[in-house]
Amino acid sequence: MKILVCIKQVPDMESRFKPDASGVWFAETDLAFRVNEYDEYAVEQAVLLKEQLGGEPEVTVLSVGADRVVEAIKKGLSMGGDRGVHVQDAAAHLKDSWQVASIIAAYAVGEGFDLILTGLQSQDRGSAQVGVTIAELLDYACATTAVGFEYADGTVTVKRELEGGVKGTVRLKTPAVVTCQLGLNQPRYPTLPNIMKAKKKEVRVIPVAELLHQEQRVAPVEFRAPARKGSAVVLEGELADQVDRLIGILKDKTAVLR
Amino acid sequence: MKFLLIGECREGKLLEYSYELFGFASQAGAETAMLLVGEEGTLPGYGGTVYLADAGKYGEYNPDLHKRLVQAVVERERPDYVVFMHTSYGWDLAPRVAALLKAPQVSEVVALAEGGGFERPCLSQKMRQVVKPQGTPVVLTLQGGAFPALVPGGTPQVQPVDAAGEGKVEFLGYEAAARKGVDLTKAEVIVSVGRGVGKKENIPVIAELARVLGGEVGASRPVVDSGWMDAGNQVGVTGQTVSPKLYVACGISGAIQHLAGMKKSGFIVAINKDKDAPIAGVADVLVVADVMQFVPALTAKLVK
Repeated sequence: MKILVCIKQVPDMESRFKPDASGVWFAETDLAFRVNEYDEYAVEQAVLLKEQLGGEPEVTVLSVGADRVVEAIKKGLSMGGDRGVHVQDAAAHLKDSWQVASIIAAYAVGEGFDLILTGLQSQDRGSAQVGVTIAELLDYACATTAVGFEYADGTVTVKRELEGGVKGTVRLKTPAVVTCQLGLNQPRYPTLPNIMKAKKKEVRVIPVAELLHQEQRVAPVEFRAPARKGSAVVLEGELADQVDRLIGILKDKTAVLR
Repeated sequence: MKFLLIGECREGKLLEYSYELFGFASQAGAETAMLLVGEEGTLPGYGGTVYLADAGKYGEYNPDLHKRLVQAVVERERPDYVVFMHTSYGWDLAPRVAALLKAPQVSEVVALAEGGGFERPCLSQKMRQVVKPQGTPVVLTLQGGAFPALVPGGTPQVQPVDAAGEGKVEFLGYEAAARKGVDLTKAEVIVSVGRGVGKKENIPVIAELARVLGGEVGASRPVVDSGWMDAGNQVGVTGQTVSPKLYVACGISGAIQHLAGMKKSGFIVAINKDKDAPIAGVADVLVVADVMQFVPALTAKLVK
């Protein structure tokens, strides 16, 4: 069995974001990058399945992006992936979701993956398109928003998270794409020995030009902070002073404190 | 300009947020038609054309067939935009439709921008980008709550629609929401725990503030996912929708799914060390502080 996990490297969401020179995306200066949270669940699910099947499946961890994304691939390998693929693209942030999906599909089409796992969405762009579009391009079955995953004999049973706490159970046959929602499993922390082992695992580099054959369909034109709808009173400064001011406001504005 | 709106039915009911599609179309000044995989009893209060596909035949969730139903209606109506809600149904189906129609897709639209662009959130709702789709038709998904729900009124002209083929995904059934734990919808005060509290062992500190305020303890999704608190305490789209007199968000950044579940609270206090966190957009008071320093100090002062 061959499993592909598609992961993205994204900036730490607690950062402050400013536009880059193009004005259509964020500047990377001073940002720390990490693996997209949703994709960590995808890596974990792939490794859990590999363990369930006695180590037989081969898990490939793929990421599209600048050279910094190799660090994300290494994390996937230290969690238990077998080999990495780095689609090298310093301008990945300017590709739309359609192009990114087409790049990954162009890589995967000849590889015969039985299962492709990825996050429901990325934390930075958050389009929730790439996983589903890969499935469409490869003509694979696809289930999104997985909070439950079982595999047996070429059949995947996925519990999808719907609104209001309701779940929907679906069954699909491999080859299939499953996109992972937060809470699907408990992503493991790589151990030191596994981090050392991961350093020796193969990461194949493919220049994006070899895989990109599609034009952009959605052009980014602007990047900015949201207009502040809120009119929150902001309390900063000394802790004791903040406490007193908050209690004053609560006494004034709510009937909760008397 | 014509919009094809894709309504959504679950367990034999039209989902309320489908009416936000009409609100969006009205704001854009567009003509509309709707496609619904449902039954006669699920028709919206709308005087336009509703293409109705039989949910008994096609299933409420069968994306490979539903995309072909959308395609069949697109061929008849030639819309400029095909519009979904950004929900577990919409974000699942929209990319399949976009791939089939070779159409650009913009996800989670929150506003119309000038010159045919669309505004959408990025970076966990902290920032906005404006994007411009190239070519028609364009597939859109709308963020829940971004546009007002609008019931146009009237009785629809129903047109049957059909599509051939097999689906690759077999739907086995729904599982009702787990409703153990507290009924937060009746609480007058809720103090909610977010990932910013740092670790499970810190939760009693937050619970103590809730006790002193005479309230219940809520949780954000990551806290539930990490196993720090029970799913019965979760506030948000996938948990409970609440509107207490006072809501205190402790270390919650404010994912849109959480905000949708609590923004109607009477008074909202957010305690967060990140001044730019999206929770600030709905809060009445934002305390910029480390939640594990501030909350014990507040509790201590309140019991005095």
